[in-house]
Amino acid sequence: MAEEIPKPEELMQIKHRPPKTDWMKTPTNIRKGMYCYASNPKSVAYVDLPNAREWNPMEDDWKLPDNWQEIIHDGFKERLERFRSFKVFMDICVRCGACADKCHYFIGTGDPKNMPVLRAELLRSVYRNDFTRAGKILGKLNGARPMSLDVLKEWWYYLFQCSECRRCSVFCPYGIDTAEITIMGRELLNLIGLNIDWIATPVANCYRTGNHLGIQPHAFKDMLNFFVDDIEDITGVKVEPQYNKKGADILFITPSGDVFADPGTYTCMGYMILFHYLQEKYGFDITWSTYASEGGNFGFFTSHETMKRLNAKMYAEAKRLGVKWILGGECGHMWRVINQYMDTMNGPTNFMEEPVSPITGTKFENAKSTKMVHITEFTADLIKHGKLDLDPSRNNHMKVTYHDSCNTSRGMGIFDEPRYVIQNVCNHFYEMPANTIRENTFCCGSGAGLNAGEDMELRLAGGLPRANAVKYVHDKHGVNMLACICAIDRAALPALMEYWVPEVDVTGIHEMVANALNLPGQNERTTDLRGEDIPGMEGETEVESEEEANE
Amino acid sequence: MNARYMFSLIAVIVLLLIVWAGTAVGLQVVFGIIIPYLAIVIFITGFFFKVLNWSRSAVPFRIPTTAGQHKSLPWLKHAQIDCPTNKWQVVVRMALEILTFRSLFRNTRMSLKEGSKLSYQLEIFLWVGALAFHYAFLAVVIRHLRFFTEPVPFFVQLVENIDSFFRFEFLYPVFQFGLPGVFLSGLVLLLAVAYLFLRRIFTPQVRYISLASDYFPLFLIFGIALTGILMRYVTKIDVTAAKELTMGLVSFQPTIPEGVGTIFYIHVFFVSILLAYFPFSKLMHLGGIFLSPTRNLTADTRARRHINPWNYPVPVHTYEEYEDEFREKMIEVGIPVEKMPEEKPVEEEAAVEDEKPAQEEKKE
Repeated sequence: MAEEIPKPEELMQIKHRPPKTDWMKTPTNIRKGMYCYASNPKSVAYVDLPNAREWNPMEDDWKLPDNWQEIIHDGFKERLERFRSFKVFMDICVRCGACADKCHYFIGTGDPKNMPVLRAELLRSVYRNDFTRAGKILGKLNGARPMSLDVLKEWWYYLFQCSECRRCSVFCPYGIDTAEITIMGRELLNLIGLNIDWIATPVANCYRTGNHLGIQPHAFKDMLNFFVDDIEDITGVKVEPQYNKKGADILFITPSGDVFADPGTYTCMGYMILFHYLQEKYGFDITWSTYASEGGNFGFFTSHETMKRLNAKMYAEAKRLGVKWILGGECGHMWRVINQYMDTMNGPTNFMEEPVSPITGTKFENAKSTKMVHITEFTADLIKHGKLDLDPSRNNHMKVTYHDSCNTSRGMGIFDEPRYVIQNVCNHFYEMPANTIRENTFCCGSGAGLNAGEDMELRLAGGLPRANAVKYVHDKHGVNMLACICAIDRAALPALMEYWVPEVDVTGIHEMVANALNLPGQNERTTDLRGEDIPGMEGETEVESEEEANE
Repeated sequence: MNARYMFSLIAVIVLLLIVWAGTAVGLQVVFGIIIPYLAIVIFITGFFFKVLNWSRSAVPFRIPTTAGQHKSLPWLKHAQIDCPTNKWQVVVRMALEILTFRSLFRNTRMSLKEGSKLSYQLEIFLWVGALAFHYAFLAVVIRHLRFFTEPVPFFVQLVENIDSFFRFEFLYPVFQFGLPGVFLSGLVLLLAVAYLFLRRIFTPQVRYISLASDYFPLFLIFGIALTGILMRYVTKIDVTAAKELTMGLVSFQPTIPEGVGTIFYIHVFFVSILLAYFPFSKLMHLGGIFLSPTRNLTADTRARRHINPWNYPVPVHTYEEYEDEFREKMIEVGIPVEKMPEEKPVEEEAAVEDEKPAQEEKKE
């Protein structure tokens, strides 16, 4: 696969001028590198989603049910009634074009159907034909077209080129959210069995084992035990995570990606170190769960119903274990689901208590109904109250910038907590340009289930705006570390950085917290969690003083 | 591409010819009374039913776009407008959207510089053009209330005063421009419509996405503004006669007075078409923006539970099912379980079972 990916200079040749042919007359060319493989029928069948079968998007026959048009039409109608967002967004777009160049996929590919407005028009055109009088009478003149196999294929191709990041919705004068339209479109596609495997298989895994990666309980514990050993090697302290403990004060849920792959694993070790510190110092009582062993929710990329089915385990497990509240790790869409949907779908949560930090006594008023607190809220509060013994100089070798994950930004509003934490655990922090951070942040290019291997060209092109802003601070300030609070970012950004800005690595916030945290009974701490030597910790004082002189 | 605006242009020209011919053959009653009445009925009922139709759809989840720091720890500054947590903050957010087009104000233009640097610069023209268009339109509509009220309410007078405060006059002998007091709003409207049209033609991306239904209202409004301006400053129609007709409409005693020329009927007909077209078109953004769930909802779902009216139970994989599948493995590594496996006759297994729970207790 790697040899097929164009070189950065080639990928940089982007033409943002639309073609001469009308978009409705421009056929969809499903291109290798830009799409994800079709879902494995076993995964689809495992969660009883429709039309499980082998199929290949590159073949002409997609093996659809005979009445697929009827299914789509009825499904469309049902969703118009269930979601005001969908109905209003179908009607009120004036095509002013303000969203056009806001999408990272459009910026990176120049494909006009990646302009948010046109992505939405793919559905709107069918909506006008099927559900509006003007569309029925005026047809194409009014931008209406009947559903056809070509249109369906166009939907599939472009709805899986949207990462539901909501950047366009910030700029839309009516707040039209393409994510909402993509969510509905993907639901419709799922009704006739058109999903991608990178989503369907994690969903099936998550349903069965509690996490996307299909890690069974004993393996989950083994993997964390592996981190226990690593932490002991690095810090000299043996941490003791608790599993499925009934009566624990707090349940901890984080994405399984952080248990599985670098650099997320270091963030996971960071959580374990922080919890151990709090346990030693303040008697903090927190448990992991092997059943609720996934914070993320690829059901969200499938349908509202699938999202609800996968999310249910969080509250179920909290109830079973009898915890007071839930602490959630660093993850993007996990938090969008928690913030926008969880309590509504699977609440109310009367069996828990309103979250209070057992260490600082801070009431998390903003989470009093969902009973779930974001770990950067929790840690920022600890730092503010001086409860952590931190030595930020252990992160001096990192020049850090912070990537706001799209979901936590525009689907939740968490901006200042991570920044506060970063600035307290490391000494060199630089912001990327204002138009590329906070509510204007760019997606990693791999969100909403698109971080597969086979669509690498799409990911690299879509991630270009983010990478370009990182490159800017890398060139200007020598930034070498990109921090984020999203597990998909930690999985996706390393490849993106390697391609566009190879000198920059990726980290979670709690990896840096743990690097800085002084543990009772720790050793010299000459390396960071990655086992890399910390400059200055081995008598290389000259290097450090030089670095400080530069500041 | 051209076909799209050409079609709309032709449609407007056809409408023009229809009313021209109609008044020539003496169908003044049709164009001055019947069509305006029909148009207003279609507008009101169409608008009402469209909004009703939207509001019938559920709002299952609270999905505001959070464009600023949420309300969390008390020492972090909460972005009250961009991430509102109560109704008042939502009202302010909505008011700024509706009155100042705040989201559009954020608009940037992306460009690729030196082949490898992406930049995003503030792009304010669309915002200025849109704002100018809508406020000019509003001023024109308010001014026109003069034709439907007797006595004329003070706010109409007020708007007229403000509008003509910016008066400028041309005093050419043939072209006595400015003598009746030039209303800025009409000219701004014309210019803004022209701008909105030209950007659709000349900005490649906008041209690519534009439909015939995007051009049609622009041509129509251009026609309305142009005929209005011509009547006021050039042909100088008999205003008293015009008002007689419009007052007749609102008092339900319609009459067709003498002395209102064809151009007046064109103006009225275009307005009627615009009104009748309104509820079935994108112009309904006027109503829709109030119902946009990413803007009009509070961002406090974690603090206050939102209710989904159609929330239905779904099949889930329960903990019991999970433990049933993995119980042995869990016990093996000392993860606590709810239910111990039943005693089995085989000695080995029994031994394992005795051993493991002990480990588990140690752990706790």
